[in-house]
Amino acid sequence: MSGLKMPAPKSEILAARDEIVAALRAIVPGEGVISDEIEMRPYESDGLTAYRQMPFVVVLPETVDQVSRVLKYCNDNEIRVVPRGAGTSLSGGALPLADGVLMSMMKFNRVLDIDFDNRSATVQPGVTNLGITRAVEHAGFYYAPDPSSQIACSIGGNIAENSGGVHCLKYGLTTNNVLGLEIVLITGEVIRLGGKHLDAEGYDFLGLLTGSEGLLGVVTEVTVRLLRAPEVVSAMLIGFPSSEDAGQCVADVIAAGIIPAGMEMMDNPAINAAEDFVHAGYPRDAEALLIVELDGPQAEVDELLGEVKALAGKNKATTIRVSSSEAERQSFWAGRKAAFPAVGRISPDYYCMDGTIPRKTLPRVLARMRELSDQYGLRVANVFHAGDGNLHPLILYDANRPGELDKAEAFGADILKLCVEVGGVLTGEHGVGVEKRDLMGEMFSEDDLKQQLRVKCAFDPNQLLNPGKVFPTLHRCAELGRMHVHKGKLPFADIPRF
Amino acid sequence: MTEAFKPVDEPGLVDCVREALAAETPLEVVGQGSKRAMGRPSQAGQLLDLSACSGIVAYEPEELVLTARAGTPVADIEALLAENGQELVFEPIDYSTLLGGDPGSGTLGGVLAANLSGPRRIRAGAARDSVLGISGVTGRGEAFKSGGRVVKNVTGYDLSRGLAGSWGTLAVLSELTFKVLPAARAVETLVFAGLDDARATALLSKAMGSTADVSGAAHLPAAASGGLKIDGIDGAATLIRLEGIAVSVAARSAHLADLLSEFGAPKKFDDAASRALWRAVRDCRPFAQGDPRVVWRLSVAPTTGPAVASALAGLPGAGHYFDWAGGLIWFAVEAGEDAHAETIRAAVAKAGGGHATLVRAAPSIRARVPVFEPQAPALAALSNRLKENFDPRGILNPGRMVAGV
Repeated sequence: MSGLKMPAPKSEILAARDEIVAALRAIVPGEGVISDEIEMRPYESDGLTAYRQMPFVVVLPETVDQVSRVLKYCNDNEIRVVPRGAGTSLSGGALPLADGVLMSMMKFNRVLDIDFDNRSATVQPGVTNLGITRAVEHAGFYYAPDPSSQIACSIGGNIAENSGGVHCLKYGLTTNNVLGLEIVLITGEVIRLGGKHLDAEGYDFLGLLTGSEGLLGVVTEVTVRLLRAPEVVSAMLIGFPSSEDAGQCVADVIAAGIIPAGMEMMDNPAINAAEDFVHAGYPRDAEALLIVELDGPQAEVDELLGEVKALAGKNKATTIRVSSSEAERQSFWAGRKAAFPAVGRISPDYYCMDGTIPRKTLPRVLARMRELSDQYGLRVANVFHAGDGNLHPLILYDANRPGELDKAEAFGADILKLCVEVGGVLTGEHGVGVEKRDLMGEMFSEDDLKQQLRVKCAFDPNQLLNPGKVFPTLHRCAELGRMHVHKGKLPFADIPRF
Repeated sequence: MTEAFKPVDEPGLVDCVREALAAETPLEVVGQGSKRAMGRPSQAGQLLDLSACSGIVAYEPEELVLTARAGTPVADIEALLAENGQELVFEPIDYSTLLGGDPGSGTLGGVLAANLSGPRRIRAGAARDSVLGISGVTGRGEAFKSGGRVVKNVTGYDLSRGLAGSWGTLAVLSELTFKVLPAARAVETLVFAGLDDARATALLSKAMGSTADVSGAAHLPAAASGGLKIDGIDGAATLIRLEGIAVSVAARSAHLADLLSEFGAPKKFDDAASRALWRAVRDCRPFAQGDPRVVWRLSVAPTTGPAVASALAGLPGAGHYFDWAGGLIWFAVEAGEDAHAETIRAAVAKAGGGHATLVRAAPSIRARVPVFEPQAPALAALSNRLKENFDPRGILNPGRMVAGV
């Protein structure tokens, strides 16, 4: 672990392990509590494998009542809890704590209700993202957000991370597609929000919980919006001599009033890595490649393909190919979707970043990234959700070479700072977790972070749920609650009054 | 009430909140005051008028993003967007039709604070779905920001959404950034005549589950449809809106007419007629000001809409129409003592749940009856803790949502 500081384990908790394990077994019987080191090993990290920590104990509840009792027990005894879905987080959101109960929600794996008339599905949090679509596709429906890990990642984890995917410019993120939640608070209280109807009654807790990275509550049920699958989906592969030309083409498409279902960009190193891996027929000599996907009725797709083609030509496109079959469309995507493993083949290790930038700053960001690449002596390949500005630079390094991981992390931090500098943000869809925690100050002032912590304090004043994630420093809620007001004075005599 | 605070910028706003804190004087936060007649009547002693915190800070059509100060009139923003062929996709309701006041009034801050939306809610969400970032001042007098100016952003808690629908009770907004989208190039509305509520919602459900990408789905029983004066329609009207490029709208229109042939042949309305029609549906024209009844806004699962409406049909002066494919019921009824709150909420609960908001009623009734749906104890306690964390002294719009909070 390279310099990451986590909250110091509490010695009294560590000392009471046998007692705590017994208490948990009394709540979750049978094999639902794992305390054996070998069996706990699979839980020691999530998708951000650079960081590892053996959990204190693992619990796999099967009922809402068990979740509630475990959380209440932990709250009463001031034991930390780390909730975990499928463990695919790329930011260390499910990294265990040495004195923390790791609560895996993967036994909550049932689809509870499918309601095509109201276009909603209610599922347990351990159902995979793709599992929802699989359960409804026979009737022509699907669940829109599609993170690349959709075959494995759980919908509960998607709530925690507000996951995106390649189609969110047109269809929104998780937060735009969730209708209802059941959550258990650290006190053990069960709260239901929303349902098959729209909009919150009162404060928008659905909005606050989505993307809260397991720090506010444990999700036990999710109701999502289903969409009817479009009649036709078609993709276009466009090669450009420079990223500036590709970027201009993206801007022109948007300016023409076209919102494609997906619009992805890859740079030359990513194109070649992907082509070596899946042989999708990508143009190897292109400096930038765009995949533009259009969906809707045939007439619409045909017309918009024509418009995009014209805009591509105007921006010096060197290759333009339109998918002529579903198989060909899938092959266009195969390279993009395999970009990470493809890069994994050309380098012993890679570090995936996740900043978002205003689209127009792409050429500037790519140019600066090339300079940083030279400076650090590490290669970088870029894949980019061009429609929404979400950039995934993949930094190539070799963990077996002393100091190279640290160098990769420093390079990554510089990239994220660059994203903020050009008007973007630290993370578009992977979450803050432990990975970007210490960079939060780049984007937020002390007062900005205080307000986020106040949400945390409303949910979990003892800060037992997933501590050490998201926030660079832990403030006690009581300390945050203090107010400094000079009573009875009017110190602001110059306020305009009318 | 003493003279209003009228800050012109965020530092001025911070000063106002801090002064109110020092003097322990609760603030009533208003933009243009277009929704002062909604929610619980203010219990505040001092007006905080944000209308001078106005102006568009940045608008980049090619980035699909607009930033403006909280007091900027929505009408100005919509006009600017229209010049560039763009729009606020969530189609915010103009409450003046229902509540009185100048048509088109309301500010961007109010749009998020009340989480406004319109018929396109079913496809494109509400204000909370388009907001990207905010700046504001808490009840502690602390200025802060959240979110950013890009669509994809999961950096920290989503306070921008957290403030949606908070009615100025957690923080005073000073600046907001919204995602904007290209406006549809073509619009068409299909109108089916003479269906009862159950048949109509069955039709709307079928349309919503089709590939036609419907962006508006409403049903007006005869008593309500008269208020829209739809050309050639006399009686109940079921409306479906299609938007997009012309060839696509034409293809989907033909597809729907075919798919829904069991419900009769629809009349088709073009761009201009469509826009007027949906504005009337959005703004609750059938129960426009002048109608003496109180008006409720019920959000339920779309297929349960007819059961709720039928359970309430016996109330004095009851009238209703549906938007959101049956999921939004605009319900008018004679005021009575308590606007029939308990009966209405019981009907919603019995049909499977949702929420009921009292939108228009005399202040005396809105002070007596829970205007927003009462919450279960654990959720209410959580709401109170959130309020206490952001506004421990209760100086921001106290009692605006819930009595005593």
